[in-house]
Amino acid sequence: MELKELYQEIILDHGKNPKNKGQCDNFNRQAKGHNPLCGDKVHIYLKLNKDQEVDDISFEGEGCAISLASASILTEIIKGKNFNNSKKIIKNFLNMVKNESKIAINNLTKDQQTTIMSLSGVKQFPMRVKCATMAWHTLTSALEGKEKNE
Amino acid sequence: MNIKEIKSEFPIFKQKINGKPLIYLDSANSSQKPKSVINKTSSFYENDFSNVGRSVHSLAVKATNRFEETRDKVKNYINAKQREEIIFTKGATEAINLVASSFGDMYIKEGDEIIITELEHHSNYIPWHFIRQKNKAIIKFAEVNEKGEVEIDEIKKLINNKTKIIAITHLSNVTGAITPIKKIVDLAKTKNIPVLVDGCQAAPHFKLDMQELGCDFYAISCHKMYGPTGLGILYAKKKWLDILPPYQGGGGMIDEVTKNIVTFAPTPTKFEAGTLQTAQVVAFNESIKFIENLGINNISTYENMILEYGLEKLKKNNSISIIGDPKEKGSVISFTIKGIHPHDIATILDDDGVAIRAGHHCCQILHDKLGVPATARASIGIYNSKEDIDILCQAIDNCKKVFQI
Repeated sequence: MELKELYQEIILDHGKNPKNKGQCDNFNRQAKGHNPLCGDKVHIYLKLNKDQEVDDISFEGEGCAISLASASILTEIIKGKNFNNSKKIIKNFLNMVKNESKIAINNLTKDQQTTIMSLSGVKQFPMRVKCATMAWHTLTSALEGKEKNE
Repeated sequence: MNIKEIKSEFPIFKQKINGKPLIYLDSANSSQKPKSVINKTSSFYENDFSNVGRSVHSLAVKATNRFEETRDKVKNYINAKQREEIIFTKGATEAINLVASSFGDMYIKEGDEIIITELEHHSNYIPWHFIRQKNKAIIKFAEVNEKGEVEIDEIKKLINNKTKIIAITHLSNVTGAITPIKKIVDLAKTKNIPVLVDGCQAAPHFKLDMQELGCDFYAISCHKMYGPTGLGILYAKKKWLDILPPYQGGGGMIDEVTKNIVTFAPTPTKFEAGTLQTAQVVAFNESIKFIENLGINNISTYENMILEYGLEKLKKNNSISIIGDPKEKGSVISFTIKGIHPHDIATILDDDGVAIRAGHHCCQILHDKLGVPATARASIGIYNSKEDIDILCQAIDNCKKVFQI
């Protein structure tokens, strides 16, 4: 187990200064997630336009560096993506932190790939995988328009 | 006390965690097991095992004797008046559920009040919540003060003629506050209110004397006392056990069974339905022997010295806030580090071989009150030394380095 792989610079930055925090304007989908075992919470807000694209996305939440960074990275990646693509990214992300070492998504920029890959270190820390996945499960609920607790 | 020698009795410490010696500071969660307890479990299965209290063959006699010997051991250890006052349960959680269910069904009616405190572990809240829902009762919470302790006056002001029971922890698993149980029991007696004590955290650390304490119910968790998992003890005054209805029905707990009528065995059998954790009960005898050999008062004195040392060292670190500052405190140090979430602390400490707990420790009411979603907790057992505290402090410094604080 390598601690440095878990607490990479990108993660620490996102954890300390999360992007897209708060409620975005005119959100029309939202969902809350929480982990009853540790008390981490996340609330995702997003605005889906008539073309099924995520115009805006934000989150509120409290938790460890991993869960905050994961939520923050999620908002950066998903903003501008359409519904189907977002679902594909979620699936790929969940796969990455549980099984695969690499994420295979065509329409992410190199920067975005690096950012999302920074969360793959969590795989070596089974007790912390849920910290990284909670926001992504909650995003699924928000996209599908239902609330979800993990 | 020769801690090195004591520690060597615990096989778990032979291993390395992430290449470092194991520094186990999570005994309030569950303690490690000495060789004698582990050996007893296997030797019982190898030599004496059969079901207890049922068959008449030789092994059944041996197994039953071993099993009942532990009941006597526990009775003497906690100075209960009679062996029939000792009930084996699957844990302290079940012990409290048993009382909440059996006592609650019989005595707690609509509008009646149950007093608990903001310090309680979920296991001494949720069972009462069930009764609140089922019987439309009311739960009142005695408040904690800014030191993280519950004062007797907070209990006093909640008592009225609707109070049916007071259920309170002996030692908080978060702030470490030791509650004034004797005073609470004395106060409750004047109003004829029974008192249940959640003794999970107290039992491994200081002398218990049921007759002196005078409480009606006392719940103990064996796995926190260097004993096996899956086992708890409910001490209850015999007068209660004689009248309370059984908690579960099944084999072993009956007197007579016909198609129309069922009568129950006398206590403790009435409350021990089904085949119990036989090997665990037998092995728990060795846990008490282990504690007795060291002397519980010696354990208290030693652990308090480590606790004081730990508090003093951690308080010197400016970025650490200690949760609670009770006058009477035992065995646990909960803390937060500015800018680092407790889960991150626990993961980084683990990299240095230091095992602590992070989270709400099953005390969400208390954490809401304290205004922190989670805390990190280092808790002390007899195998911990000053050196362990020093390593904890170094590991905390490493946390700050990782987070660039």
